[in-house]
Amino acid sequence: MSPAAVSPRRFAPGDRVTVVYTHPPGHRRIPSYIRGKLGLVERYCGAFPNPEELAYGFDGLPARHLYRVRFQQTAIWPAYNGPAHDTLDLEIYEHWLRPAEEDVS
Amino acid sequence: MNDKAHQRAEAHAHAILRWSDDSAHDIDETARYPLMTEAIRQILVEKGFISADTVRRLIEQMEARSDVTGGTIVARAWVDPAFKARLLANAKEAIADLGIPEVDATHLIVVENTETVHNVVVCTLCSCYPRTVLGMPPEWYKSKAYRSRVVREPRAVLKEFGTELADTVTVRVHDSNADMRYLVLPMRPPGTEGWSEDALAHLVTRDCMVGVTVPRVPAQAHAG
Repeated sequence: MSPAAVSPRRFAPGDRVTVVYTHPPGHRRIPSYIRGKLGLVERYCGAFPNPEELAYGFDGLPARHLYRVRFQQTAIWPAYNGPAHDTLDLEIYEHWLRPAEEDVS
Repeated sequence: MNDKAHQRAEAHAHAILRWSDDSAHDIDETARYPLMTEAIRQILVEKGFISADTVRRLIEQMEARSDVTGGTIVARAWVDPAFKARLLANAKEAIADLGIPEVDATHLIVVENTETVHNVVVCTLCSCYPRTVLGMPPEWYKSKAYRSRVVREPRAVLKEFGTELADTVTVRVHDSNADMRYLVLPMRPPGTEGWSEDALAHLVTRDCMVGVTVPRVPAQAHAG
């Protein structure tokens, strides 16, 4: 069972989002290659204990909302060798996402 | 013996300290975790917290899981459109209805291959894998080469697995980097009309459900 998250969901499927571009120390579940990239929310996955806290023995609560976000491969890799419709999906916790309009630098 | 020769001899004598499969995690990290795990296992058994048989039984259960489960799920989806719809919408409930014992599909997402979409699964951060439905992951799935390359040049990697896709097909890579696990629902191959569910299940191998290949009917196959 997913533990309840305290905050309401910030994003819905179809929303344009940008991944926060930052490289803080410590355990982060978000791959470096996707930081700063623009994608579309594909689905909401539920709320899960925050792995960045679990990694250090804390309870990870309150749980964080997790989304699957879809990216165009050509938006991730400038030299991508394939058609523009190829995509990559991955799971991103809400605190790593901003509405695409916002400045994330 | 000079210092360097001494160090080499020491290193050789304690080979287990340098153990690494160069696969899922950083080399320096893998060196200590197997050793720590074994030490903790021995202490827990000596102190009577767990029995050696419990450890053995759990390993046996873990390794008994296989892609037969995944193949059963896929074959059912091929013959039962209502089940397929439920599977894609909510894998946990659909698989529970199937009555396969002890399959925890709580966080499983099933992604469907079609004429226009091909899915392939990877975990770039470690080796997350849908073990409950596919068993233990193959070595290549955990290799740094697969994990680093399939996200950025999936078509080249698929080609190395013998899977060439037309540019009209969208390649969709799933980086299984957090709490969900992914199972690819391949397309039912032509020439399998009228096959039994059991015969269909045998066409669906592990690699088909990771998405590096597609099910094929062997030459001169007979309907089972």
